[in-house]
Amino acid sequence: MCGFGGYFGSVPDGKALLEKMTVAIAHRGPDEQGVFTAPQAGLGHVRLSIVGLGDGQQPMSDASGELTIAFNGEIFNYVELRDELRAKGRRFRTSSDTEVILHLYDQMGEDCVSRLNGDFAFALWDNRRRRMLLARDRMGVRPLFYTMRAGTLYFASEVKALLQVPGISAEIDPIALDQIFTLWAPIAPRTPFKDIFELEPASLVVADERGVATRSYWSLEFADRDAPPRHVNEGKAAEELRTLLTDATRIRMRADVPVGSYLSGGLDSSIVSALAAGMAPQGLRTFSVTFDSAEHDESAFQNEMAVALGTDHRAVACRAGDIAKVFPDVVRYAERPVLRTAPAPLYQLSGLVRDTGLKVVLTGEGADEVFAGYDIFKESRVRRFCGRQPGSRIRPHLFRKLYPYLPGLKQQSPEYLAAFFGAGNDPLDDPLFSHRPRLKGTAATKMFFSGDLRARLAGYDAADELVSRLPEAFGRWHPLHQAQFLESRFLLPGYILSSQGDRMAMAHGVEGRFPFLDHRLVEFAAGLPPEMKLKGLVEKHILREATKDLLPPSIGKRTKQPYRAPDSHSFSGRGEFDYVRTAMGEEAIAAGGLFNAKAVTKLYEKCRARPASGFRDNAAFVGILSTQLWLQTFTGTSIRTAEAA
Amino acid sequence: MTETIKDSVKAFIIENFLFGDTSYELADTASLIENDIIDSTGVLELVAFIEDRFGIAMADADIVPANLDSLARISAFIAARSAVPVSA
Repeated sequence: MCGFGGYFGSVPDGKALLEKMTVAIAHRGPDEQGVFTAPQAGLGHVRLSIVGLGDGQQPMSDASGELTIAFNGEIFNYVELRDELRAKGRRFRTSSDTEVILHLYDQMGEDCVSRLNGDFAFALWDNRRRRMLLARDRMGVRPLFYTMRAGTLYFASEVKALLQVPGISAEIDPIALDQIFTLWAPIAPRTPFKDIFELEPASLVVADERGVATRSYWSLEFADRDAPPRHVNEGKAAEELRTLLTDATRIRMRADVPVGSYLSGGLDSSIVSALAAGMAPQGLRTFSVTFDSAEHDESAFQNEMAVALGTDHRAVACRAGDIAKVFPDVVRYAERPVLRTAPAPLYQLSGLVRDTGLKVVLTGEGADEVFAGYDIFKESRVRRFCGRQPGSRIRPHLFRKLYPYLPGLKQQSPEYLAAFFGAGNDPLDDPLFSHRPRLKGTAATKMFFSGDLRARLAGYDAADELVSRLPEAFGRWHPLHQAQFLESRFLLPGYILSSQGDRMAMAHGVEGRFPFLDHRLVEFAAGLPPEMKLKGLVEKHILREATKDLLPPSIGKRTKQPYRAPDSHSFSGRGEFDYVRTAMGEEAIAAGGLFNAKAVTKLYEKCRARPASGFRDNAAFVGILSTQLWLQTFTGTSIRTAEAA
Repeated sequence: MTETIKDSVKAFIIENFLFGDTSYELADTASLIENDIIDSTGVLELVAFIEDRFGIAMADADIVPANLDSLARISAFIAARSAVPVSA
């Protein structure tokens, strides 16, 4: 785990700069700090010691002193790679996975990334070739940001380190804001910070005297829908899946410190915890969030699973007001506006893990993308089903079945349900068919944009840009695979793994590990026929089949309940915080210049008066508040904060 | 009535769903759903408004786009139920 920052180019006092950069991200690596400088290059590192506790200090150089690396993350197959390299005569000086990358690079150059199974971002200085290599893992678990200033390339694990560089200051990128208010996340390499970029998942940057070049080294691919299926026997596929998932979990248990597990009460984290419990002879510690609102709370399932596995289970209670209390910190660590409060309880949860003395946890994240667990996949299928008979009064009832936890939908007529979900309206060959209702509903929040912001956007359409970023083969894939690609390639790294994952965990120096995102498993699942993943309207069918002996039936057969947290009403009522009133007030909104102050005032009053506002109002409220906090935190726009009223 | 049904409904829509944006050209026949003016919760807010403001009890069968998906349809529905002309 850890964090790093660095540069390639000319910097007057590189060491001092690197020290400032590492201080800015010290939360990512509270155990150690180090810097390395060479003419034209520098690396700084903060360490969270997990593997090679005594000998894994960074930045780390190889025996020749020609190769130096700063590394964030874990290489889970480092044991096998090290054995392989030793067999070829390589000698290791440490027990860390970091040194494995150095040897592998020495042997293979930048192609070494293809051998790495892990969650990683690293910067490697090759003094012989006078070049800096930046790399990021396949699914985008670990972050890496970069920017060019006056011919020098600067990079870091979080943007706040880059903001230490003289001449770099934060300014919001209106296009990124439009993307967030449409897609929930910026489209990488764009970030909310103007002229600061994010290295895309599965990509490399090579910087040398010729310039800076970026390229992708892996991509998520599906077979053409008419191609013969790679897996036809469901039993065999389930068996293979179980073997892969077990191994993915096994290698993610590798650490020189204890590894715990999140336990949400849902299928995915229960599977991971069950597998991990069987591999932890000393016992497994599990962690969860509970809510005081019945609509969000899953503690009954969490407790049932913890008892079934015999884990040492702890929970953090997210009570009314807790979300508002931590929300400014959430925005500071997420470094981006968010439309939902869901990251906040996860921020609390990682705090609990750290307080308990652990710094590594397994999570079930990724299973919904890889095995088609999200409601949006089912919804898309129902919309296509309805679209075949647009006049049917019976078919739209299925929408109600999809969202039993949304009270607003229960009371809608079939005609309204069909209208809300665009059943029969959206062209079936639209590349974004699966996501159109979500995009439309989210984009409605842009009605609060100020006239000035609208003018700056000049008719820009985030959805059109998304379409322009799709691979050429996309149109030949099965509709379910198209939907999976959109979720996995954009929302997963852009929001789930970043705002809800890495940044919330690392705020407390906790490393999350994701067995479902092992690239072997991702590639295997991509090769499964759609009906093995979404069978009728039962999500993650093959995963349930592969793990049915692991879980109590009440968990194993449970319908997906998406992880959600209370939204706008977290910020009102008893315990309302002054900072919310101020940030949403006319003066601060006008100072920010991004939203229409009068409209925001009305929204604020509406959300305070009627906490059960719908998706649009909730998303707009949280999006505007977090944008205002972002401005205050990173640009210094004046929004006075105060303690709870 | 000093205020027409349509004016009253329009004022509610502008205040509650458009957050005071009077520059939005809300055509009488424009679909509130297709133009992203109301979502699923918005329909319930609209129903509550009609019941409170006009004293009309709406049955489930009444809550369909044919009655509520545009200013014109809402006004006509209220007028028919309350026997008050759309234009006073």
